Amino acid sequence: MDYVYSFITGGLICVIGQILMDATKLTAPRVLVILVVAGALLQAFNLYEPIVEFASTGARVPLPGFGYNLAKGAMEGASGGFLEAVTGGVKAASGGITVAIAWGYIIALTFSPKSVR
Amino acid sequence: MADTKEKQQKKEVAKAYEKYARKFTPKPKYFMNSLKAFITGGMICAAALLLENIISGYGADDKTAGTYSVIVLVMLAQLLTGLGWFDTIGKFAGAGVIVPITGFANSMVAPAIEYKKEGIVLGVGAKLFSLAGPVLVSGITVSMIIGIIYWIMGIAGGQHV
Repeated sequence: MDYVYSFITGGLICVIGQILMDATKLTAPRVLVILVVAGALLQAFNLYEPIVEFASTGARVPLPGFGYNLAKGAMEGASGGFLEAVTGGVKAASGGITVAIAWGYIIALTFSPKSVR
Repeated sequence: MADTKEKQQKKEVAKAYEKYARKFTPKPKYFMNSLKAFITGGMICAAALLLENIISGYGADDKTAGTYSVIVLVMLAQLLTGLGWFDTIGKFAGAGVIVPITGFANSMVAPAIEYKKEGIVLGVGAKLFSLAGPVLVSGITVSMIIGIIYWIMGIAGGQHV
């Protein structure tokens, strides 16, 4: 059943993104920024946590989940002092960010441009 | 008087043409695009859950398993981008692969490969962030502000610093 909840929630978040791109003139990067900030702000008011509890990866894997992760890290860090409050966000998301940068760099150096099929 | 009459006639012709032309312009396929995005996005999220459960099976706690499954998705998406397959999938799935973390991973590698000619520092190194940069900048800025606000609220609420 967890898989069904994850599938439906993740799918719905993608549909929101698709409609934002189709119905408005927003380009993909703008939509991504909106989704990340939306996820972080929702979590700031503790509104995204219930969605994560319901859907797990369905809410954590789409980009609002990235914003959620950043915000949650900062909120948890805030109880440990000022420095933790500032660094908590990136700390929580550091695994994904580090791999995306390092592995991405290696891939980009390895492969050459290809025409779209 | 003849002038206004002519104008009105022109307006009517323009309106009729618009109506005629609309018959041939393709309607944006909202429904089909959304359905494709729903299915692909849902499948990626369900696959991530499967991955998490497998990693948890080896004894990792929930948080670690979640991070590992994100890492696997990112690496896979970037590898597919390098091979040139990601765009093919993206053409079908649209937001279904762009909104999950796979789209973020793709948005780093795709421009970096395109600008390879400009060198490994200002080409690949800089262009890795040409699309992902705005996402990181906005996300990290918001997270810092939220952290500081929570820290202030913690002091105001009588928590130790």
